[in-house]
Amino acid sequence: MADLTQTRVAATVTTPTRPVRRIPWEAIGDHAILIAGAALMLVPVYMMLASSSHTDITIHRNGLQFGFGDDMAANYNAALFEYGGFTNTVNGMTMLGNSMILGLGFAIGKIIVGMMAAYAIVYFRLRFATLAFWVIFTTLLLPLEVRILPSYEVITWMNLGNTYTGLIVPLIASATATFFFRQFFMSVPEELIEAARIDGAGPFKFFIDILVPLSRTMIAAMFIIMFVYGWNQYLWPTLITTDETLFTLVRGIRQIMQAYADGSTTPEYGEAAALALIAMAPPVLIVVFFQNWFVKGLTESDK
Amino acid sequence: MAQVTLNAVRKVYANGAEALAPATFTIPDGELTVLVGPSGCGKSTMLRMVAGLESVTEGEISIGERIVNDVDPADRNIAMVFQNYALYPHMTVANNMGYGLRNRGMNRAAIAAKVREAAELLNLVEFLDRKPSQLSGGQRQRVAMGRAIVREPDLFLFDEPLSNLDAKLRNQMRIEIRSLQRRLATTAMYVTHDQVEAMTMADRIIVLNGGRIEQIGTPNEIYEHPASTFVASFMGAPPMNLLDADAAQGRVTLKGGAFVPRSGVNGQAGPVTVGIRPEDVCPSPQGDLDFSVDIIEELGAQRLLHGQMAGQPFSVAVAKDQPASTGAMRLALKPGAVHLFDAANGHRL
Repeated sequence: MADLTQTRVAATVTTPTRPVRRIPWEAIGDHAILIAGAALMLVPVYMMLASSSHTDITIHRNGLQFGFGDDMAANYNAALFEYGGFTNTVNGMTMLGNSMILGLGFAIGKIIVGMMAAYAIVYFRLRFATLAFWVIFTTLLLPLEVRILPSYEVITWMNLGNTYTGLIVPLIASATATFFFRQFFMSVPEELIEAARIDGAGPFKFFIDILVPLSRTMIAAMFIIMFVYGWNQYLWPTLITTDETLFTLVRGIRQIMQAYADGSTTPEYGEAAALALIAMAPPVLIVVFFQNWFVKGLTESDK
Repeated sequence: MAQVTLNAVRKVYANGAEALAPATFTIPDGELTVLVGPSGCGKSTMLRMVAGLESVTEGEISIGERIVNDVDPADRNIAMVFQNYALYPHMTVANNMGYGLRNRGMNRAAIAAKVREAAELLNLVEFLDRKPSQLSGGQRQRVAMGRAIVREPDLFLFDEPLSNLDAKLRNQMRIEIRSLQRRLATTAMYVTHDQVEAMTMADRIIVLNGGRIEQIGTPNEIYEHPASTFVASFMGAPPMNLLDADAAQGRVTLKGGAFVPRSGVNGQAGPVTVGIRPEDVCPSPQGDLDFSVDIIEELGAQRLLHGQMAGQPFSVAVAKDQPASTGAMRLALKPGAVHLFDAANGHRL
């Protein structure tokens, strides 16, 4: 989210409507506050970046660094490609891949399930459609953290521990996407479905040919939110995956720091900082690149 | 091409409200029939029942020889034009027009040819690759028309298609739709609340009020012989003057005491409503009726004089070359100007 704030600041800076040679104190004041806020968010990130270019020993002795050192390449190389962990079978790339699978699987799965549920609730005369919606809606009050033990029970009972399915599916079960798509579908004019019916489009065709393309921006916005949410998951992956080849990045950082517990080696601070930055990059990039879609999806209702 | 028949068709909503009392009529092949009435009179419901978007509670609807009560809208071979156009926002004009054909499994080349033909007819060729959001209201309306035409349906259904357009464009589109319908000779049902649209476009008008058919007839019949006070006041602008009066011994006397000549009353006695169209009277010093003018409205081609006759509100339309001033004047009735209605139920006597 730090980067979202940052890009907004940049956008406002570029459009000053300047009256004739008067110092715009108000604008300067506003920007000072915004820049201060952005700095507050970005300084820790910068510290991470700077620290990731030092050796573990330097950081261990002198704490986090503000200046750049000489070990950046080595640290990132180690973070990405050096096998580590308890079994020595996992490196940064594996974890990056796992995080990607979790983020994408979660986002796509949730969008598909959410859209189909919302479609059923809004467009079909179901007996208890409203009741069904509110039941789904109450799951918003029950995030995974609340129902983590029963979820764990179910997943292990189904023998899905240490699988991608076990990692992703329980996270999908919540109402956010259903709720947003329901609201969106309800704003689609009634005449559109009537016109489609007369044009001979059945329920399936109407969904694929008309509703899905109309929801494009909404889907993009959902995707961004869900991808970032899935990417940042920590508790559930920690619980359900014990096989190190299934570890995600967010969880892997901690794994590196855990070496500290051994006492025999210096914790790999530089590598951890590098990995933290690598873990940050994909969500940030997605938000930066899809920002327009994101804003459109959440603010525009028509067209 | 097909005639449409409604046989005692009735609509009752789930909450028990009767939206449409049993209605029976036939629309002959190739005619344009306008359903007109104030909002909530059941005209849209009737149209949507013919379209198959609304279920039929009782009675039978047939298009051509086929009873379509349980036929899916897609299989009724109808096309509908909606008030807000209902174009698919993400599709180009060409795709909007061809979507119905595509769903019916027609091949691409044939669709393209048909779309092209319709676009030429509607002057839309240069817009075929645009999205609806890049078009003006009138153009969108034409695309909606095009979508209806390419299907070559048995029946066109128009649901207030011109209400979202500005007045000037509305007049133009009115003529366009009319001439198009004539040329294609396709049966059409047209819903509107605008009596001018009804009068100008219809072969036949069905006037609805409160879910009941008040009158069915040609525009001329409706205007010259309104079947009830409702039709009399709804059709025609400015509306017909309706005055409370009493009939006795073959004479009609207004509530305020004035005697109405040439009323053509025979035998009725008791309270009646006298209807006189504003243009069916003319100022004349030898006239029979006293009228006092309060307000003069200039309409350009004519003037409207609003005032009182025998203590009841009354309006007169005079041509623009006729001088007018406020104050008292006398009015003469043109032949056949007086319409008489039952005061209790509003029916024509």
